[in-house]
Amino acid sequence: MLKILTNLKNLYRYRVLIQSLVVRELKARYRGTVLGFIWSFFNPLLLMIVYTIVFGYIIKPRDPSIGGSPWYYALFLFSGVLPWTWFSSSSLESANVLMIHGNLIKKILFPAEVLPIVVVTSNFIHFLFGLPILLLFVLIFGKSWTIYLLFLPLVMLVQYIFTLGFGLLISSLTVHFRDIKDILANLLTFWFFATPIVYPMTFETIAKSRALKIFLNLNPMTHIMQGYQYSVFYGRLLPWKRLSVTFGVAIILFIIGYYIFDRLRDSFPEEV
Amino acid sequence: MYAIEVDNVTRIYQKYSARHRFQTFKSALLKGDLFRALKPDELVTALDGVTFKVRKGETFGIIGENGSGKSTLLKIIAGITKPTSGTVKTQGKISALIELGAGFHPEISGRENIFINGIMLGLSKKEIQEKFNEIVRFAELEDFIDAPVKTYSSGMYMRLGFSIAINVNPDILLVDEVLAVGDAAFVPKCLDRIDDFRRRKKTILFVSHDLATVKKICDRVAWLKAGKIMTIGDPSRVVDAYLQDVMERQEREFERRQEELRRQAEIRKKEELQDREERRQAIELRGEALTSRETEKLEVEKGKEKKREEEVRKEEERREQRWGKREIEITRVTLKNLQGQAKHVFSPEEGMLIEMEVVAYSRIEDFVFGIGIFNSQGIYVYGTNTHLEDYTPISIEGEGKVVCRIEKLNLINGTYYLDVATHKRDGYPYDYHRNLYSFLVTSTHRDEGITRLPHTWEVTDNIKLKPPEVKAVAGKANQ
Repeated sequence: MLKILTNLKNLYRYRVLIQSLVVRELKARYRGTVLGFIWSFFNPLLLMIVYTIVFGYIIKPRDPSIGGSPWYYALFLFSGVLPWTWFSSSSLESANVLMIHGNLIKKILFPAEVLPIVVVTSNFIHFLFGLPILLLFVLIFGKSWTIYLLFLPLVMLVQYIFTLGFGLLISSLTVHFRDIKDILANLLTFWFFATPIVYPMTFETIAKSRALKIFLNLNPMTHIMQGYQYSVFYGRLLPWKRLSVTFGVAIILFIIGYYIFDRLRDSFPEEV
Repeated sequence: MYAIEVDNVTRIYQKYSARHRFQTFKSALLKGDLFRALKPDELVTALDGVTFKVRKGETFGIIGENGSGKSTLLKIIAGITKPTSGTVKTQGKISALIELGAGFHPEISGRENIFINGIMLGLSKKEIQEKFNEIVRFAELEDFIDAPVKTYSSGMYMRLGFSIAINVNPDILLVDEVLAVGDAAFVPKCLDRIDDFRRRKKTILFVSHDLATVKKICDRVAWLKAGKIMTIGDPSRVVDAYLQDVMERQEREFERRQEELRRQAEIRKKEELQDREERRQAIELRGEALTSRETEKLEVEKGKEKKREEEVRKEEERREQRWGKREIEITRVTLKNLQGQAKHVFSPEEGMLIEMEVVAYSRIEDFVFGIGIFNSQGIYVYGTNTHLEDYTPISIEGEGKVVCRIEKLNLINGTYYLDVATHKRDGYPYDYHRNLYSFLVTSTHRDEGITRLPHTWEVTDNIKLKPPEVKAVAGKANQ
C-alpha cells in the first residue's frame, strides 16, 4: 500500500509526459482527416441522430419510467452509451497498449503505467467532447438542465478510477496471457447488456425479478451508468449511497490492478 | 569516484512455452496463485556474475560477439531491465542511446516528437524549448521538422533520435551500437559529439563492434563473452585478445565448412560410381543369352553408356572445378602461416605458405607449378607460376612437395579463393584446381580496394595531422 503511494507520487513527476502523450494520441487520431478535431463532436452527433431516427420514428419503445415522448428513449440510450464507450474503448485499448508500445518499454526508462493511464485519459477526453452533444439534445427534446448536472464530475471520477483499475489489470495480464484480448471483447458485449443502458432499472421484467435485480446491482457499472442517467436524463439526485459503495469498489479494483501491474512490471521488457 | 558500479550482476531470461502458459492461466484462475504459477520452463543466462566499475569521466568500452550480453548489460545499467541478482549503482543523469527514435510516433510531426521524446528522456518542456533549435540544426532537419515523422527516411529518423538523446546532456551516456546505421557524413559528427563529452569529463559507456573506434576513444575496455567478463583493461590489449578469440573461432568454423564440403563431394562421387556400376551390370546381365540382333542393339547401348560416362566425367570436372589428365597430380593443398601452422584466417600483416603435395606417376620433364588468388567478387588479385618467374623444369618423378612462400599477404579484409595448378609450359594441364581452396583475411583496417599496399603517411611540419593513438596491431595477435 505504501509502495503504491510512493509510486503514485513518482508518477506525478511524469504528468508532463502523460499530458503530452494524451495530446499526441488525440492529435494522431484525426491526423490526415479533413475535419480533424470536429470529428470528436461529429461522431457522437451522428450516433445520436441515428438513435433518434431508429428509436424515435421506427421502434418507439414505451416504458413508463422513460416518459411519454418517443424521442426520450434515444436520449436515455445515449446518456448511457456515451460513458460506456469510454469504458469499453479504454479496456480494449489497454489490453493492447503494452504490446503496441513494446519498443518504448524495452528501450526507454519510464514507468509503464503511464501507458494505460494515457489510454484511459485520452478516451475520457473523447467522452468529454461528446458530452456537450448529449446536453444539447437534452434541450432539443424539450427536457431541461437541472442542478443535478453538477454531480456529473463525481460520477466521472468514480468511472475514471474504476476504468483505470480495470485497465491496469487487463494490460498487465494480457502481456502474459494474450487470450485475454479476445475474451475481453466478448466479455464487454455481455457486460454491456448486463448493465442498464438499453433498458432502465425500472423495466417491468427487472422490477419483477429479485435475482435479476441483485445481479444488476452487483455490477459496479450499473451504478456508474445510473449516475449519468439520473444526473442528465431524469434530472434527479443520483443514488449517492450506492455510488459511494461503487467508489469504494473502484478504489479497491484500482489497488488490486496496480498491485498486479507492479508485480508483473519487471517481466514486461522481455515479454511484450 | 565511480560513476557506475556493477556488482556481481546476473541476468537470467525466462522462456515460457504456449502449453505452459495455458496451464499457468488455468491454475492462476483456479487456485489464484498467479505469481507462483508464472514460473518459466527454460532459463537463458544472459549475464553471469558481471562485476566492474567505471570511474567518473572515463570512457569505457564493451566489446563482444552478438548475443554475449552487451545490450542486456546496458539496459540493466540504464534501469530498463532489472538484474536477476546483483546490484548496479549509478551516479548522475543517464541517457541511453539504445535505439534512436524508439518513442517516435509516425503520425505526428518531428517538432511534436522532439517534445515528447525529450520529455521521455527526462527533459522539461522549457529545457526542450531552449535546445529545440540546436536539436533541429544538429539533425539537419530544418526543412522537414513540421512534416510527420513517417515521411522521414531512416537516416533522418536516426539523426533526429541521436540529436535529441545527445542534447539531454547527461552525466552518463550509454551508447549501444547506434552509430552503425549512420551515413558517412553523420557518423563523424556523432563521434565529434561523443568526443566533446569526453573532453567535458563525462562518463561514457560505449558498446560497439567497431573495434577501431573502441580502441581510439576508450580509456578501458571490457570483453564480454557468453555473459561473462573475460578481461578488462587497456583497449588495444583487450581488443587483441578478443580478435584472437574471434579468429580462432572463425578458423574452426572455416575448417568445419571445408570438411562439410569435402564430405558432400565424396558422397556424391560414391553415389555416382555405384549408379554407373549398377547400370553396367544390368547391361551385361541382359547380354548373356541373346540373339545376334539383340547383341547388336546391346552394343549400341553400351556405346551410349560409354558416352554417358564420358559426359559424367566432364560434368564432374566442371562441378569439381578440377581438370587435367593428372599425369602429375596435386593430392593435397594446405595453407599455413610462416610458422608452419595450418590455418584459414589470416591478417594482412601475416605471411602465408601454400603447400602442395604432388605426385608424378612417371618421369616428366615439362612442368610448371602456379597459383592464383581471387577475391569474392571474382577479381583476379594475383597470380604467378614457376614458368613466369623463369624457373626451368628439369624432371619430376614420384611424390614431392611444392611450397609457395608469401612473406606478407597485404590483402584487404575479405574472403579469397585459391587456384593451384600444374601444367606444361604450353598450358596443357596436368592437374588444375580452380577456386578449390579459400581463406579469410580479417583485421581492424578499414582500407579499400584490392590489396593493401605497404605504406606510411608523412607530412611537412606546417600540416598538423595527428596519428592514431593506437597502432593497428591485429597481426601481432597471431604471432
